[in-house]
Amino acid sequence: MAGYEGKSFKWVGTRPVRPDGVDKVTGRATYGADMNLPGQLTGRILRSPHAHAKILSIDTSKAEKLKGVKAVVTSKDFPQMHRGVLPGDEGVNFHYLSSNIMARDKVLYDGHAVAAVAATSAAIAEEALALIDVKYEVLPHVIDVDDAMKPGAPLLHDDVFTTGVNPKPDKPSNIVQRVHMALGDAEAAFKDADIVIERSFKSKAVHQGYIEPHAVVAEWSEDGQCRIWCSSQGHFMVRALTSRLLNMEAAQIRVMPAEIGGGFGGKTIVFIEPTAVLLARKASLPVRIVMSRDEVFRATGPAPGSSMDVKIGAKKDGTLVAAVGEFRFQAGAFPGSPVGPACMAAFGPYALANVTSAGYEAVTNRPLCYSYRAPGAPLSSFAVESVIDEIAQKLNIDPMEMRIKNGSKEGTQMVYGPKLKAVGNLECLKAIQNHPINKIPLGPNQGRGLAAGFWFNLGGQSSAVVNIAEDGTANIMTGSPDIGGSRASMALMAAEVLGIDYSKVRPIVGDTSSVGFCEITHGSRVTFATGMAIIQAAEDVVLQCRQRVAAMWEVDVDAVKWEDGHACPAGANAGDQKPLSLAKIAAKASRTGGPLVGSAAINAGGAGPAFGVHICDVEVDPETGGVTVLRYVAAQDAGKAIHPSYVEGQIQGGVAQGIGWALNEEYIYGADGRLQNSGFLDYRIPVASDLPMIDALILEVPNPGHPFGVRGVGEVPIVPPLAAIANAIARATGARMMDLPMSPPKILAAIDAKK
Amino acid sequence: MARIVLSDEFGRQFAGGQTRFDLDVRDVRHLIRTLEEMFPGIAEHLEAGAIAIDNEIIPDPWLNPIRPNSEVFFLPAIKGG
Amino acid sequence: MSKFHISTTVNGEAVEYLCDPKQTLLDVLRDELNLTGSKEGCSSGDCGACSVTLDGRLVCSCLVLGVEMQGRSVETIENMTSDEKLHPLQQKFLEAAALQCGFCTPGFLVAAKALLEKNPNPTESEARYWLAENLCRCTGYDKIIRAVLETAADMRGSK
Repeated sequence: MAGYEGKSFKWVGTRPVRPDGVDKVTGRATYGADMNLPGQLTGRILRSPHAHAKILSIDTSKAEKLKGVKAVVTSKDFPQMHRGVLPGDEGVNFHYLSSNIMARDKVLYDGHAVAAVAATSAAIAEEALALIDVKYEVLPHVIDVDDAMKPGAPLLHDDVFTTGVNPKPDKPSNIVQRVHMALGDAEAAFKDADIVIERSFKSKAVHQGYIEPHAVVAEWSEDGQCRIWCSSQGHFMVRALTSRLLNMEAAQIRVMPAEIGGGFGGKTIVFIEPTAVLLARKASLPVRIVMSRDEVFRATGPAPGSSMDVKIGAKKDGTLVAAVGEFRFQAGAFPGSPVGPACMAAFGPYALANVTSAGYEAVTNRPLCYSYRAPGAPLSSFAVESVIDEIAQKLNIDPMEMRIKNGSKEGTQMVYGPKLKAVGNLECLKAIQNHPINKIPLGPNQGRGLAAGFWFNLGGQSSAVVNIAEDGTANIMTGSPDIGGSRASMALMAAEVLGIDYSKVRPIVGDTSSVGFCEITHGSRVTFATGMAIIQAAEDVVLQCRQRVAAMWEVDVDAVKWEDGHACPAGANAGDQKPLSLAKIAAKASRTGGPLVGSAAINAGGAGPAFGVHICDVEVDPETGGVTVLRYVAAQDAGKAIHPSYVEGQIQGGVAQGIGWALNEEYIYGADGRLQNSGFLDYRIPVASDLPMIDALILEVPNPGHPFGVRGVGEVPIVPPLAAIANAIARATGARMMDLPMSPPKILAAIDAKK
Repeated sequence: MARIVLSDEFGRQFAGGQTRFDLDVRDVRHLIRTLEEMFPGIAEHLEAGAIAIDNEIIPDPWLNPIRPNSEVFFLPAIKGG
Repeated sequence: MSKFHISTTVNGEAVEYLCDPKQTLLDVLRDELNLTGSKEGCSSGDCGACSVTLDGRLVCSCLVLGVEMQGRSVETIENMTSDEKLHPLQQKFLEAAALQCGFCTPGFLVAAKALLEKNPNPTESEARYWLAENLCRCTGYDKIIRAVLETAADMRGSK
């Protein structure tokens, strides 16, 4: 794309203070739960205590009579949705989505919503919940994915028929789909291998663990218009799903993006917004629903647990000859696990001529499994990278040399079909190879682990507006929620194109009625795709400025060029004109055609895949099995880092989440199918004292699909840590851990088994 | 003729196991229409996924041109976190 | 249930409020006094997003009842700036990009300020253990710990 190759940047790549920063260090920033409208009611949701049960009856009459209760809703208040996926719904099954938000005939997991109330105080709302009488017929449940796939397992749905198999099954099953992709003939190629290692892996469900619980305020007005304030990864998504679920027109709903206190994929779908709208409509008053932490764990969209088999064959010199993976993912109570992307990403860091990647997804009596940072990839990579490491150990070759020897690069065909364009896998491997960490001697019970990871990165639809004020300062607006500093990136890119100071650009996130559609903030797309929209909108302003100056100077537009925030004569044919600043052009805007407004609305293709390579040192306490992470280095190809501090932050944050996934975090269910650790005390995410400094190395192999070379950066850093930690533990103890999390009792048992 | 590659499961489900086709198509819209004529019912499944044309994954493809020597892969939908 | 009348001090100002016996200090700050800078992440004292100082001591405001506040004094994130100037910790958090989503940030700042008042020269380890009461899911803590240690050094240098 035009004009920026080889250009030195003035703003892009610098580290200024983020535009929304002061509000966030002073407590002024408004998050979902901070909204407080006059007359606002408190909404609370009654949830199932059973993992699987038929709802025989719901009696809300006592709750409705309680003083202070203004509305009660159940699934009867939600419009019936078509069963199955309709064309144009982009794969969303609205019957399932609606049934997840409010259970219809059955509850499918502990925590499944069955009714909701709105009352004048939290205390009254809770009292009302206790007055709702739900009669259940408890059914057998299934929690584990392998159990759910067995014939005779308790069946969750009568309309799930396994797809991807032939012939089409005539009986419903918990198995939602079979995914299968292959290059060459892996089974035949294993014959050429000197060593073949086949291992089975298990993992538990984990939660994104954003610190801000889901929160929404909904207001309904008598003319049928509705306003929603909520924290989400996409307020346009909230509008689209809410309007569809409640049979409303999209333009009836205006969604205001609150600041979002973390999402990591968990806020890319609605859980409580439609319920809040129904309560507000019934009560004719605004309603706020804020989830408790218990509800967040029990009833949002954690990442699936898994069961996986990986078999890899190699020559004595470490050349990989064949690989097969089968990845079985829990789907939660409704279909939607990321098993497809898991299959696609599993072998991403390797050039393999013979590889098969297959997956199954099965519904279980758990909350809906949904997206979590690089969805699917951390699990399948954990299995693959563990086996690769074991092969290197058995062949007694350097795991780094083995990865470089087999590393995917430009032109490598991926198991899902296409070939890679310019990518930074080998660059990341070499950056880690040359890092001083390799020279630090390890002590007793210490081990060093290496792992690589891959993620596609996404593009998609984004809109942006650049408004030039009368003094030449700029207000820029997009519809992409700022989840970790993207306002700063947007302002940097606009400043770069406009050629004005970063401080003169003020970015905002517009609501659904103020700016054009933007897809959710996910898949590492915002700096890439919404950034591209900002660049084009700013370029639109620059073109308009050149046109207006050309008119002033009475020359052709080509005779005016844009340089450092000024319109300048492009050559002698423009005459002897003094450069005109954006401020001067803006001051004259009323006389040259009116306001200077640039806009862009795009569906961005060209997203560039990201690779990350991580190395870490751990120490395992042989008495307790406890693991201390001593050192951690992560190299990643960012394409072009717009604001390097926030790129480092994405890498460090992804690593920390990956370490938690590796060592501590797990959903623990009792025999009764109820979640036993729905709080931060028992679901332990890493705290400051658990972690070392995380050295983030940014590499820049430009993405040919973006004007500045940007790739997404947010997803891939969570992919390598699971295996990096497991590989370090294997080298520290001699015990290979194949069951996540690698908690102290499991490690201790593995060490004892080796004795 | 462009080389069209269906995923293995769509091949099994709709095309009797065949996944590779050489088709003379102008764009994605034309391609999906052509495949729907060959394998009724496949279009809605294809439209729910992603497509890679000449090694580039394209979101929401429809009008994107397919050249005579293009290589087109149908992929599972990819959601980000 | 009748409400209790409480006279207390919030950010140096005398404040009176009515609260029901179930309301936490966090509920009172956020819902009755409109001080929404303190955040609710867990309501069980595990995340530190609601950190305030109560009579000079760092506490989770979700673990204090509103009715316990009679005659006491609480300071919140809203009181961290003075004379239109950010506290050095706030300034350093901005410059060091020590926040991403920002939701845990008020709690971290209140806790870090309490740390530096008690220990102006913390080691990295001391800072990590003090701030282990505060959860952050975005940053991996790296830039937060650096910001706290650098601020401590700056503040020692300026004395």
